Amino acid sequence: MNTEKLNFTVPSKARLFSFALMAVGLLSIILMFMNDHVDGDAEYHHTRAWSNVFAGSFFFMALSLAAAFFLGLQYAAEAGWSTTIKRVIEAVTMYLPYGLSLMMLLFILGQLHVHHIYHWMTEGIATEGHENYDAIIAAKIGYFGVFWWVRTVLYMIGWYWFTMKLRKNSLDADKLDVDINNSYHWKNIKLGAWFMVLFAVTSSTASWDWVMSIDTHWFSTLFGWYIFSGMWISALTAITILTIWLKKLGYMEFVTESTIHDMGKWMFAISFLWTYLYFSQFMLIWYANIPEEVIYFQTRWEGYKALMWTVFFINFALPMVMLMSRDSKRNFFFLMFVGTIIFIGHYLDVIMIVMPGTVGHHWTGLSWMEFGNFFFFLGLFIYVVLNALAKAPLRVKNHPFLQESLHHSI
Amino acid sequence: MATTKQIIHGVFGDEVPMIEACKKLRASGIRIKEVYTPMPVHGIDALIGVPRTRLAICAFLYGITGTGLATLMMWYMMVSDWPNDIGGKPTWAYYFAIPAFIPITFEATVFCAAHGMALTYLLRCMLVPGAKAKNPDPRTTDDKFLILLDLKEEQAQKAEAILKENGAEEVNHKGSYVVEPKYILEDAH
Repeated sequence: MNTEKLNFTVPSKARLFSFALMAVGLLSIILMFMNDHVDGDAEYHHTRAWSNVFAGSFFFMALSLAAAFFLGLQYAAEAGWSTTIKRVIEAVTMYLPYGLSLMMLLFILGQLHVHHIYHWMTEGIATEGHENYDAIIAAKIGYFGVFWWVRTVLYMIGWYWFTMKLRKNSLDADKLDVDINNSYHWKNIKLGAWFMVLFAVTSSTASWDWVMSIDTHWFSTLFGWYIFSGMWISALTAITILTIWLKKLGYMEFVTESTIHDMGKWMFAISFLWTYLYFSQFMLIWYANIPEEVIYFQTRWEGYKALMWTVFFINFALPMVMLMSRDSKRNFFFLMFVGTIIFIGHYLDVIMIVMPGTVGHHWTGLSWMEFGNFFFFLGLFIYVVLNALAKAPLRVKNHPFLQESLHHSI
Repeated sequence: MATTKQIIHGVFGDEVPMIEACKKLRASGIRIKEVYTPMPVHGIDALIGVPRTRLAICAFLYGITGTGLATLMMWYMMVSDWPNDIGGKPTWAYYFAIPAFIPITFEATVFCAAHGMALTYLLRCMLVPGAKAKNPDPRTTDDKFLILLDLKEEQAQKAEAILKENGAEEVNHKGSYVVEPKYILEDAH
């Protein structure tokens, strides 16, 4: 095995590309804040610009969180096939601290009333007689306010701790010559299993707290799984694209075609999970026809119809048709192509989740704002992930399933 | 002239040498009749020259059948025979309430595709109730890998050498039989 190719150095082109993305993104974020106002609406407060920043922060944070979940899942299930791409998954999880920091910054700014993404953060919303008083929110304000902040901080600490610990154990195991008892592996199995427990609860509750509470009047118990499936498929596509790119550069020759094939299967399967949850939420609300629930889809149907259908077709029909056959899942070009499209598709999904609750009827359709903003976060994500990849050898050294994974064949 | 054909069992202790032997046999133009293994060996069918399965085509056809049957059933029940107005979603026409019909369409598609595939597979392999096991050597259900060859005299010797070279634990001759010339097709393999 060529040892040089085990240590990844960020190609200067890729570094330049990530900086260019960030520069273009930053420029368009500034322009977005300058241009984003609605005549005659003093309460607007650059809402579309803030919502875009929120969508970008949330999408990439959720993506790296889902990668951490996927990594924990491999340990909890004692899966062997994925050992060769473990370092790629780990690198994607390393964006989590940045994503969480951006989220926290946005939350603090919201509490300081700099932006109005969260309706329930408005001053006097639960004070009877106040001009901003909202009886429905007042009835559930106990769940927000201080309790919301306690939960938010706990999620962040929990996720951060598990992610960093999983990574640290993996790096520590590499330092040993031989890990006879697989001690670090056993530690990570325990960590992974406990992380599954934590994640099962917090992925749902955090989705309610951070995303569903944008539409404070509305509620859906299925919402957490819907967000979860979206971030999971985004993480899987990011991992797949990154692995194929590394293979194209000549790294990771030890990753077999079957491992990539398996990632293709995951992309295919989780696309269907997402569709299932998306449709379940829609169909039940559509059928029951309860006004307080239907309002959610009413706003989307009226002002965001094109976006709604685009998201549905890109994220459902495209992977179904393109990734069904065995050959297409083994074709790197196909996987890259479909992966890129559904990656953008799931970003548009987040846009569709966030915008109607904040921008509402001021929405004028997708524009350069959404894309410019996306470029900034994409650039940041690429920069962080590639640097994390360069910090450790691309192949883990002491892992009991390494041989199994190197010979993975299906 | 009548030809004598020999039945040979090449028994291996591991899949790796067996796969090597299969490749070598095929490379020297010898037809492999069948391979028996205790666990699934991925990709073996392509190696021993079994044509690609057409089960996927069947699955598609069964699935389409399921979609069609479900649509027909729901159209007849909910639209044609006895239209209903459920939750303000009247079924005066099929497209009025399509979201409500999707779960059943999906389930029926999966049901037909899965059952059709399983039954097709079992029938194609003649795995009907009361079928006799066709296993030539019971040890292949435990820990042995077996290549079954059915060859003419001159090829049999070549094959035996290849099997032994590639680490066959045993090469068993299971007798021979005479084939009348009218039954012999030109061997194209």
